[in-house]
Amino acid sequence: MTALLEVDGVTLTYKTPQTLVTATRRVSFQVGTSDRYVLLGPSGCGKSTLLKAVGGFMAPVEGEIRIKGRRVTGPGPDRMMVFQEFDQLLPWKTVFENVVFPLRVARGLSRAEAAEKARDYIDKVHLTRAIDSYPHTLSGGMKQRVAIARGMAMEPDILLMDEPFAALDALTRRRMQDELLQLWDDTRFTVLFVTHSIAEAIRIGSRILLLSPHPGQVKAEIEEVESVRQSEGGAARLERRIHDLLFSEEMAEADPDKAAAHG
Amino acid sequence: MGEPRIIVHDAATLAAVGREGAVERVLPLHERLWASAALRKAVLLLALGLIWEIYARQLDNPLLFPTLSETLSAMVERTRDGTLPLRAWTSLRVLFTGYGIGIALAAILTVLAISTRLGTDLLETLTAMFNPLPAIALLPLALIWFGLGSGSVVFVLIHSVLWAVALNTHSGFLGVSQTLRMVGRNYGLRGLPYVLRILVPAAFPSILTGLKIGWAFAWRTLIAAELVFGVSSGQGGLGWFIFENRNVLDIPAVFAGLLTVIVIGLVVENLVFRVIERRTVRRWGVHS
Repeated sequence: MTALLEVDGVTLTYKTPQTLVTATRRVSFQVGTSDRYVLLGPSGCGKSTLLKAVGGFMAPVEGEIRIKGRRVTGPGPDRMMVFQEFDQLLPWKTVFENVVFPLRVARGLSRAEAAEKARDYIDKVHLTRAIDSYPHTLSGGMKQRVAIARGMAMEPDILLMDEPFAALDALTRRRMQDELLQLWDDTRFTVLFVTHSIAEAIRIGSRILLLSPHPGQVKAEIEEVESVRQSEGGAARLERRIHDLLFSEEMAEADPDKAAAHG
Repeated sequence: MGEPRIIVHDAATLAAVGREGAVERVLPLHERLWASAALRKAVLLLALGLIWEIYARQLDNPLLFPTLSETLSAMVERTRDGTLPLRAWTSLRVLFTGYGIGIALAAILTVLAISTRLGTDLLETLTAMFNPLPAIALLPLALIWFGLGSGSVVFVLIHSVLWAVALNTHSGFLGVSQTLRMVGRNYGLRGLPYVLRILVPAAFPSILTGLKIGWAFAWRTLIAAELVFGVSSGQGGLGWFIFENRNVLDIPAVFAGLLTVIVIGLVVENLVFRVIERRTVRRWGVHS
């Protein structure tokens, strides 16, 4: 059986006005159906760039990305993105219209079908109360919920989440993580999740890919992450081990991002 | 040391505290009335009108400065015999033609500008060249090219609308956030549907600003153009009305014409655009 998403020896580069930066070098991994696959690493490990490449927003200079065996050549609604930024909702549409819009234009559903599906998923993220509100009247957490509902309603092959909870306050973030897991329990969607928080990776993920920075390379892969929940203090031990793996070599290097790496 | 203690405040105590003072209280009537900007401005307008009337009566020279009541009665009279509405309509018809063509051209130019780099350069060069040039300065030339008809006025109007709208629309497009662009492309939108369904609504605050500036330019330019060359085939606009009545020294009618220009400008700027603004950018929470 081939994996749902195959990332095969992918090297990604991007240009700044002066230099050509290599974001990732020959990264390979495979995501299976219903995986909650987390890309984890410090800033500069190219995890977001990798996610954008899977989304089709940039092309690899080396290697290939395949989804269900098809080569990824551009963005498309089979890979719905949830971004970190709160401005990812269309401000001129209500919550309901925001969820309906891609169903109509990208999936070509009829008005009634789209409306039914949208209501269904808005209900799943507990926003039925705010269904006719415009995005600017919602809190950050609610906006992210709408974005998640919008992504899930499309029933994509894979949901791509780029640090969706990073801009939320700590309490809201905890709640959103729990809600995401609950949604996963309901529908078993496949998700590729980018984060720089070790704790978040352990809470959310079923598998974790550790990336090292400059340029991003695979450092380790962790399977069966859920097993830590069965043992007392298992999550804390895993967190410690991931931390050591990520920072063992750069202990001397002062990393300002470490302070932010606690979710 | 030991367990932390948690003291829970139950709902009954909270409710008792809440009852002690009302959370909201209605302000006295005069404070509420004075809070309305429309009312304050109406009072101001009334005072100015009163000053006008008193001063003009003391001056007692309707050839230089008619009273407010003379102006108003001239306005009523000219409205009743149909000249003023006809002249206003003539002006507005020319204006709409020029405004419409100007916006259409601006749309083509900006779509060209966002799809190719050369298009961007073209738009930037043209706006840099023509934006500082007052449209009315082109009127003498337009009269030679298009003759004494509404054609030359429309030409000048297009020029006054085009650059303001194109410039604002283009900078609005450039200001659309990277995230929104990616969202649009994620939906598989590209080409014209992408422009119309993502870029245009996202840039709408800037586009609306451009439309407002374009309207203001066009209205002023039109009246000025009509004053300069007046009438063609017996159909003059408001500018011509003002000019004509000055020539026969019917000064109250001149004032009535000026007042009509102001009223139409106010209605469009404060009613039409205000309503569009309330229905769009204010509702979306994106006004700057």
